[in-house]
Amino acid sequence: MKPVDGVVVREPARDRRSHGVEREDVAFVADPGHLKKADRENLLRYMTMMRAAEERAITLYRQGKIPGSFYDGCGQEAISVGSSYVLGPKDRMCILHRDLGAHFVRGLTPDRYLANYMGRSGGPTGGKDGNMHFGDPELGCIGMVSMLPDMALVASGMAMAFKLRGEQRVAMTYFGDGSTANGQWHEAMNWAAVQKLPIVFILENNGFAYSTPNELEFVVDPIERAATYGFPGLLVDGNDVEAVFDASRAAADRARRGDGPTLIECRTMRMHGHGAHDDMRYVPTELREEWADRDPIERYADRLVAEHGFSADEVERIRDEVKTYVDECAKTALESPMPDPTEAHRGVFAEDITPLGDGEALWSHWSEG
Amino acid sequence: MAELTYLEAISDGLREEMRRDESVFCLGEDIGHFGGAFKVTDGFIEEFGADRVVVTPLAENAIIGTAVGAAVEGMRPVCEMQFADFIACGFDQLVNVAAKLHYRQGVAAPLVVRLPSGGGFSGGPFHSQNPEAWFLQSPGLKVVAPATADDAKGLLAAAIRDPNPVCYLEHKGLYRYVKGEVPEGEYVVELGKARVAREGEEMTVITYGSGVHLALDAAEALDESIEVIDLRSLCPLDTETILTSARKTGKVLVAHEATQSCGVGAEVAALVAAEAFEDLDAPVRRLTAADVPIPFSPPLEQAILPQLDDMKEACRELLAY
Repeated sequence: MKPVDGVVVREPARDRRSHGVEREDVAFVADPGHLKKADRENLLRYMTMMRAAEERAITLYRQGKIPGSFYDGCGQEAISVGSSYVLGPKDRMCILHRDLGAHFVRGLTPDRYLANYMGRSGGPTGGKDGNMHFGDPELGCIGMVSMLPDMALVASGMAMAFKLRGEQRVAMTYFGDGSTANGQWHEAMNWAAVQKLPIVFILENNGFAYSTPNELEFVVDPIERAATYGFPGLLVDGNDVEAVFDASRAAADRARRGDGPTLIECRTMRMHGHGAHDDMRYVPTELREEWADRDPIERYADRLVAEHGFSADEVERIRDEVKTYVDECAKTALESPMPDPTEAHRGVFAEDITPLGDGEALWSHWSEG
Repeated sequence: MAELTYLEAISDGLREEMRRDESVFCLGEDIGHFGGAFKVTDGFIEEFGADRVVVTPLAENAIIGTAVGAAVEGMRPVCEMQFADFIACGFDQLVNVAAKLHYRQGVAAPLVVRLPSGGGFSGGPFHSQNPEAWFLQSPGLKVVAPATADDAKGLLAAAIRDPNPVCYLEHKGLYRYVKGEVPEGEYVVELGKARVAREGEEMTVITYGSGVHLALDAAEALDESIEVIDLRSLCPLDTETILTSARKTGKVLVAHEATQSCGVGAEVAALVAAEAFEDLDAPVRRLTAADVPIPFSPPLEQAILPQLDDMKEACRELLAY
């Protein structure tokens, strides 16, 4: 699988509906002016937070403090951070297992992530579910299930609610290259197109579904399929956080305008195994090395200094602050008690309904109206 | 009160809830101007518009999955499976996403899945099933199966208002066969409460859905003191009403149209054996479909689905024990 540079737009050739609606452009314009210095600092901060939290979690896993297995998104930090950064407070997300950065951008703190992995009561699921199977409903997030394409439909349902109520809100969700081979993915793409739902689908093509490479998952790349469903696809360098941000911003704008879904394919590489139990010997060494040179965090740190007026010391300070913060969060997580066993019997049925809360919206655009 | 068929009562209940609460909307295949395969939503799109009567592509996982998403965002979706059998194509979203959502994350998913179920009309192996046991093995789903017109309306309203995913089994054989007085306007029958459909002293038939009518007809034909319990709700199960009747009559027949092994009959029999053993005068018996797919040809189908004569014979045997 080859990396791409920047953003490549794939428009539907024409609207294939028999009633001949005119085609809509995704109106993609790469524009660095959408990000202020504080935004760029945030992008670096949250990518660094994701990596630091996952590295801390790997240590906890090796220390035997994390039951089950461990999954991370090393090398993919730009995708969840750059995409979620465009969302407003009332937008909604279904976040998957390589997307920890999106949880943090929406307002989750690393101690709760680590507590969840350790099965502690302080995690968002209180020990009911493990690893990345969580979402903080108070931040407008619904957690994933292990059947990875499923959340594309759940997020579509959220988008359907926005559309039914005439609200200018957006749903965003993620999936991997493997998911695009599953029938539910097709159901979601087709449904979202038919209903013109305000949703942004983010495909993280990291080259491998567990051990299975792209060529055994599909013949036609999913980005080409978007056009055949009737909506645009944007092929993005998934290791370039500002490219991901730009594409996501254009897609979210399009959704908010009522023009329907967009598929963004982020080309990237999973730099760790599928889970901590997987030594990924099936990935050729030269491929790993090629992608290691494209590390999204190192690249962005360099770019902030070279292009955006950050000093090297400033970048170093931001990264150190984040690491210190994550260490403090790990202490908090380790102090969180294990759940009371009687809790296992509670909560099968809801007695009442608590509406979802809103996420944090860090992008300067939202505070400036 | 108006006399409605079971089918009309379902429509009436759905319409009342949609008029009462703007967040209630329905989605399913062919439910728009066509009115659905069985015409439950006939006239709905004209009254409520295409936004609240959503005609879906042929995609059952999409129907259930988007209903989950809409439900967590404050809507009250009512999904129509064209036939209960097709829930197999939406099963993942139902049992993995909807059923477990509250337990895992404390997020309620108030949605209803309407499931036209049951055989007896040569629908064959894919249009005749009674899949309730599939759902009962999936903690987090409520399951109801009305037998009468007023329960069809009242249980649907309760299912829509419940904060959990509810599987609502509507028996196709009852659609036009069963008629009854149905309260007009808002009408809710609480989930989890069985109903004594006929009082008796000598034995109890515990049943639901189409089995209720079979049991009542058999009791009348035999002219014996047979009590008939209509469960109405399979989850939650009204264990108190079941055990009270079992202790009173000492003889229990559990009857349903679904297949036998690991079905509702097995659960009720185990409950009665465990909790009312000292009061039993006979082993708990079951009358169910045979453990085979539902065959197409009328003599084959009749051979495996419980018939009135089978019910009469099962009652006679238990009474004579």
